[in-house]
Amino acid sequence: MAEPILEVTDLVKHFPVRVGVLFKRTIGHVKAVDGVSFTLNKGETLGVVGESGCGKSTLAQVLMRLEPPTSGGAKFEGRDMFAMRGAELRKLRRDIQIVLQDPYTSLNPRMTVGDIIGEPFEIHTDVAPKGSRRRKVQDLLDTVGLNPEHIHRYPHQFSGGQRQRIGIARALALRPKVIVCDEPVSALDVSIQAQVMNLLGELQSDLGLSYVFIAHDLSVVRHLSDRVAVMYLGKIVETGTEDQIYERPTHPYTQALLSAVPVPDPTQRGTRDVIRLTGDVPSPINPPSGCHFRTRCWKAQDICATEEPELVVRAGDHPSACHFAEERSVV
Amino acid sequence: MTAPLLEVEDLHVEFRTRDGVAKVLNGVGYQVNAGETLAVLGESGSGKSVTAQTIMGILDTPPAFVTKGAIRFNGEDLLAASADRRRDVRGDGIAMIFQDALSALNPVFTVGFQIEEQLRVRRGMTRKEARARAIELLDLVKIPNAKNRVGEYPHQFSGGMRQRAMIAMSLALDPEMLIADEPTTALDVTVQAQIMDLLREIQTERDMGLILITHDLGVVADVADRIAVMYAGRIVEHADVYQLFRAPGHPYTESLLESLPRLDLKGQELKTIKGLPPSLTNIPSGCPFHPRCPRAVDVCKTEVPANHRLGLDRTSACHFAEEVVSRG
Repeated sequence: MAEPILEVTDLVKHFPVRVGVLFKRTIGHVKAVDGVSFTLNKGETLGVVGESGCGKSTLAQVLMRLEPPTSGGAKFEGRDMFAMRGAELRKLRRDIQIVLQDPYTSLNPRMTVGDIIGEPFEIHTDVAPKGSRRRKVQDLLDTVGLNPEHIHRYPHQFSGGQRQRIGIARALALRPKVIVCDEPVSALDVSIQAQVMNLLGELQSDLGLSYVFIAHDLSVVRHLSDRVAVMYLGKIVETGTEDQIYERPTHPYTQALLSAVPVPDPTQRGTRDVIRLTGDVPSPINPPSGCHFRTRCWKAQDICATEEPELVVRAGDHPSACHFAEERSVV
Repeated sequence: MTAPLLEVEDLHVEFRTRDGVAKVLNGVGYQVNAGETLAVLGESGSGKSVTAQTIMGILDTPPAFVTKGAIRFNGEDLLAASADRRRDVRGDGIAMIFQDALSALNPVFTVGFQIEEQLRVRRGMTRKEARARAIELLDLVKIPNAKNRVGEYPHQFSGGMRQRAMIAMSLALDPEMLIADEPTTALDVTVQAQIMDLLREIQTERDMGLILITHDLGVVADVADRIAVMYAGRIVEHADVYQLFRAPGHPYTESLLESLPRLDLKGQELKTIKGLPPSLTNIPSGCPFHPRCPRAVDVCKTEVPANHRLGLDRTSACHFAEEVVSRG
C-alpha cells in the first residue's frame, strides 16, 4: 500500500496587487494558487504540468515554506507543515529540498562548488561533523556524476548541465525525503537534458526519494512521473496516473495541451487529432467566472460561466474538473 | 531546374576575442528554394543563429569576421555587395524574426509605429497610408481588434501577440524569404502551435522560402521539408525530413533522436550523449563529434570527414555514413 509523505489540502496563495505610493491600497489579488489538493506517496513522482502563469512555481515556493499560504494546509509525514516551529521546522527544511530551473542564477558565482554543496552542513551541523564535510561533499559530487577533484572550482567553470548537477548535489546534501524539482531540465540542451533526467531517475531508485516534478514540457513529465496533475490558472483541472492523463485525458484543456505538443515523427503529420486553442491564458487577477478555462474552451455552455466544476470523477477512471468531461485520445 | 532562392556556400566565420579565436562556422552550406522550409537544427553554440545573422548581415564586426564563403540570394553574392545594397535586401528580400519578441521590439514606440517606420522609409508611404497597412498586417497575423491595438506598446501585448506583431513587421515589405530564429521557444505550447500554424499559412500563401532555426525535434518533424543538423559550426547531416527521422545518417542525429523523451511513448529508456558540446575555441581534431561518438575509431580523431553523399540531396559528414544510415 502506498504510504503518503506529503498531503496537500485546498492550498491557496493569493498575492495582493497594491497601488499608491504612501497609502497603498489593495485593488485585487493575483490568485496564483487557488485551492490545490494532492497527495504525494513515498518513492513516487508527481508531475505538475501547466503553462506559464498557472501557479506551478508558486506552488513549489509554498511547499518549500518560502512563502506562507493564504489558506489551506499541508501535512508532511502526517504533521501540519505550516504549524511547525523551531527544531521541528529545521527538521522539515532538511527533509524537503528544491532543485531550481536556472543553473546560471541559482548558484552563487563567488562560492566554490565545495562551499555551495557544503553550506547546508553549516546550518545542519549534525548531518556532517566538521572534519568529515569535505569527504561528504566529494561523495555528493561523485553521486551526481561530477569529478570529486573539482571541489575547488567555481560555477562559471562548469557547463549548464554540470551546474544543474551541482544544484542537485546541494539538494541531496541533507538526505531529504522529498525534492521539489522546479523545471530542472528546461534550460538545458536536448543531449544534456537526457543525462540529467536519467540522473534524477537513478537517484530516486537508489535513495528512495519522492519528487514533485514541475515542468511545462509534457514529454519530460511523462517520462519521469508516476502520477500527473494538470494545472490551469491556479487550479488542478485533471489528475491521474501517467497512463490516465496521457492515454485517456478527459479535460478539454489537457486534451488541447497534449495535442499541441509536436511529436518528433514526420509520418504522423496531419494524422494526429489536433485541437487548437484560441487566445491566451486570462489574467489570474481576474479569472473568468465559473470554469476558468471556459473562455478558451470549445465545449463551453451556460453552466460553465455560472458553476465552477469540481475535481471529481465524471467520465473515465480519474478526476477531472469539467462539466462535460469525456475521454478522448489525442496522443 | 531553377536556381535556389538562397544559397549558402562554405561559410566560415570566426569571432576574434581577447581569449582567442572562436571558429564559430567552419564551412556551412545549404540551399533554400521558394516555398520550401529548411529546418536548421542544433544545440546552443552549434552556429545556427550565427549563420542566420551572417545571411542578414547583422553580425557585429569586430568580433565577428567572415573569413570565407559566399551567400547568394537570387544569384547575387551578398557578401560582395555594398552596404547600401545589403540594406535593400534586408526586409525586402530576406526578413528575420527573433526568439524573444519582447527584447526585439522597442519598448518606447507603439507596435504600429515600428511596423509603419519601414513602410514610410522604404516605401515612401504617408503616415496615414502606413497606418492603414499596419492594421492590415496585424489583421493578417490574426491580432484581434487590430484597429485599436495598433497604437499600443509592446508591453501591453501578451507573449504570443508580440510574436505575431513581429511576424507582421517582418512581412511589411513582402520578403521572398523569412528566417525564423527559434520563433516559439519562449512560448507556451498551445501558443506555439498557433504561431507555427500562422507561419505555415503565410508561407504557403506567399510561396516564401523559410529557414526555421530550432532545437525542437518535434517542431521540425511537424513543419520542415528538409533538415540541416549543425554541430560545432558544421552541417553534419542534411536530409529530407522523412529520411532523417526514419534512418538518421550521422551518429549525432541518431543520438539526438534517441535521447528525446517522447509524448507518445512511455517507459522508454533514454539514451544519453556522453560529454559536452565542444568549446569553439578548441574544436576537437578530426571529426568534432568524435569524443562523444559511440562508434568513434582512430580515423575519426585524425581525419575530418568529408560530406558523404547518401542519395539525392542527402549528405552526412561521418566516415561511416553508409553504415549508420543502413542501420536505421
